[in-house]
Amino acid sequence: MLNRTGTPLVELRDMSISFGGIKAVDHVTVDLYPGEVVGLLGHNGAGKSTLIKCLSGAYKADAGQILINGAEVDINNPRDARAQNIETIYQTLALADNLNAASNLFLGRELVGPGGFLDDSKMEAETRKIMARLNPNFRKFNVPVSALSGGQRQSVAIARAVYFNAKILIMDEPTAALGPQETQMVAELIQELKAQGLGIFLIEHDIHNVMKLCDRASVMKNGQLVGTVDVKQVTDEDILSMIILGKKPAKAA
Amino acid sequence: MSNTSHSPATQSAPESRFGRFLRATEIDPRLLGMVGALVLIWVAFEAYSTFVLGRPSMLLGAAQAEANGFLTPRNLWNLSVQTAYIGIMATGMVLVIITRNIDLSVGSIMGMVGMYMGLLQIDYLTPALGLGHPAIWGITVIFGIVMGALIGALQGSMIAYLNIPSFIVTLGGLLVWRGAAFLVAGGKTIAPMDDTFALIGGGSFGALGRTGSWIFAAIAVVAVVWGVVKSRKARTVHGFQQRPIWAEWFMGGLICAVILGATATVNAYIWPKGNIKKYYDQLGMAVPDGAEFGHGYAYPVLILIVVAIFMTVLMTRTRFGRYVFAIGGNPEAAALSGINTRVMTVKIFALMGGLAGIAAVIGSARQNSATNAMGNLDELYVIAAAVVGGTSLAGGVGTVYGAIIGALILTSLQTGMVLIGFGDGSYQRIVIGIALVLAVWLDIVYRKRIK
Repeated sequence: MLNRTGTPLVELRDMSISFGGIKAVDHVTVDLYPGEVVGLLGHNGAGKSTLIKCLSGAYKADAGQILINGAEVDINNPRDARAQNIETIYQTLALADNLNAASNLFLGRELVGPGGFLDDSKMEAETRKIMARLNPNFRKFNVPVSALSGGQRQSVAIARAVYFNAKILIMDEPTAALGPQETQMVAELIQELKAQGLGIFLIEHDIHNVMKLCDRASVMKNGQLVGTVDVKQVTDEDILSMIILGKKPAKAA
Repeated sequence: MSNTSHSPATQSAPESRFGRFLRATEIDPRLLGMVGALVLIWVAFEAYSTFVLGRPSMLLGAAQAEANGFLTPRNLWNLSVQTAYIGIMATGMVLVIITRNIDLSVGSIMGMVGMYMGLLQIDYLTPALGLGHPAIWGITVIFGIVMGALIGALQGSMIAYLNIPSFIVTLGGLLVWRGAAFLVAGGKTIAPMDDTFALIGGGSFGALGRTGSWIFAAIAVVAVVWGVVKSRKARTVHGFQQRPIWAEWFMGGLICAVILGATATVNAYIWPKGNIKKYYDQLGMAVPDGAEFGHGYAYPVLILIVVAIFMTVLMTRTRFGRYVFAIGGNPEAAALSGINTRVMTVKIFALMGGLAGIAAVIGSARQNSATNAMGNLDELYVIAAAVVGGTSLAGGVGTVYGAIIGALILTSLQTGMVLIGFGDGSYQRIVIGIALVLAVWLDIVYRKRIK
């Protein structure tokens, strides 16, 4: 069973950010323990993605604290987040379509040889190794990722997070563009990463996936946190009513 | 056999022999198309001059002194010099266009930098150092490149940090720098340039000579062979499948043949009698019987080659180049990967400006003067060269060698039209305009077919 008594792996405390007078995230506090999957739920525009982008360094919060293992950290850009072993798999996959799998996997963190020149052969060899583990059927190493299927692209994005030893993983609707078989692959991978002690924030719309994959669920509405519940103590009906009505079920308080 | 590791497993229709050949050698079919177009243009001009105008052709056995078709050492040598400065700027324009930007100001930057270089030489360096001082050319060149780069960096900063579209910033630049070029000397021409500086522009004295050119070619051939061997080794180390050995050596051999052929051609262009006399006069000697000099590679062409190698390495072997492609492919992904896209934009425009500075050096050295009209409309030829060379305006796709071949195609059209008697600028523009649209259309058709 998960131990939630120690220091959380991540704590986002009292976060706020607004765009042009609209409070996209309004005093939200969520936390995440090692080996835990916390689902972030809510309608489109509820502020889930915005909140998570403060952690991944894409946005800078107007107010609030980010604590990693109990220590406050300053995350101003994606590089800072990566330095804290935070990896993000974005909804839009954030791949450069014109580059091949290895170039995407190592984008921003290329392996270089003597003289600072790119070591493409080494990068391809490393990519082959990690893909052999994640998606053994993957063969298209020398074509631009635009030529890959949704699942293949997703495995490149996931490989990027796994390769660099993420401790904190953010997944923004990782199965949205995938077929049933590929969705199953991602589900198994999440279980495996969880067993390795990673903490995962999972933004997810499909309530069945939430019930299956998540330990806790934090629901947001209009930029505010409705509440955080233990998935095992509530029904999917409870969570749906939190999303739609913004009401927290009495029994899980 | 030829089923190399990178081929997609789902190759439905059986491949033609030609298709297999292309895949084994990894030749981009579009490169083949560009080279084909270039050869076609050359042969067409030669045929027109031979059969329609009845001029003697070297291909039909005429002597070099009589022949004045397209395919003569003299014309090809001149073509190489005229391609040089457009080609140099086109290699930078590739980066600009790959990152979904445009730079309309390069011709004007050339004009203004040229004027300031002339001013620097005549008004400051010559009085301070003395006429013909050996440091003058070096200082002027560095000044020109730095000035170009600073202007580029200024424009790049406005695009990156003020979020003004590059089209607008550089359209403004086109007007501003051209206006400034006029004001530098109140519209007057500054001449002559320093003698050593003028050599950078080419000419009989501004070339490598026969021996130097053969040494240069030999080094290049050795480098090609070394490159082939080294790339095979790297693939062996990681256990990747090799390209077929015949394909590897076929490509290496082809490149070496082009190098040697080009060298023989530029060496075959002999000095005019007047220059030979001038050469011996300077030595204080009489002209010996049978004195003959070949030009060899002109300095502007050597500069183009150095720039091309530098830019190719930059684009394919460094992080900087990888980030240029990444920004072009998906700017958001690049930023989320921790790439500082704003700093990259500034650097790319600074590089473009620096290359315009080099072009200004070559241009003013070649004219042996600085005029405020230098580089007028060249931005359009530079953009056209990059686009004809396969750079996609949608971003993310482009090669340095493609841009240089594009520049060669456009310059061939330009000089060829003059050669066959359509020297009036209007015909040139019509032909180049049509060629540009045609090239882009063919590229679109090709891309659709491979999808």
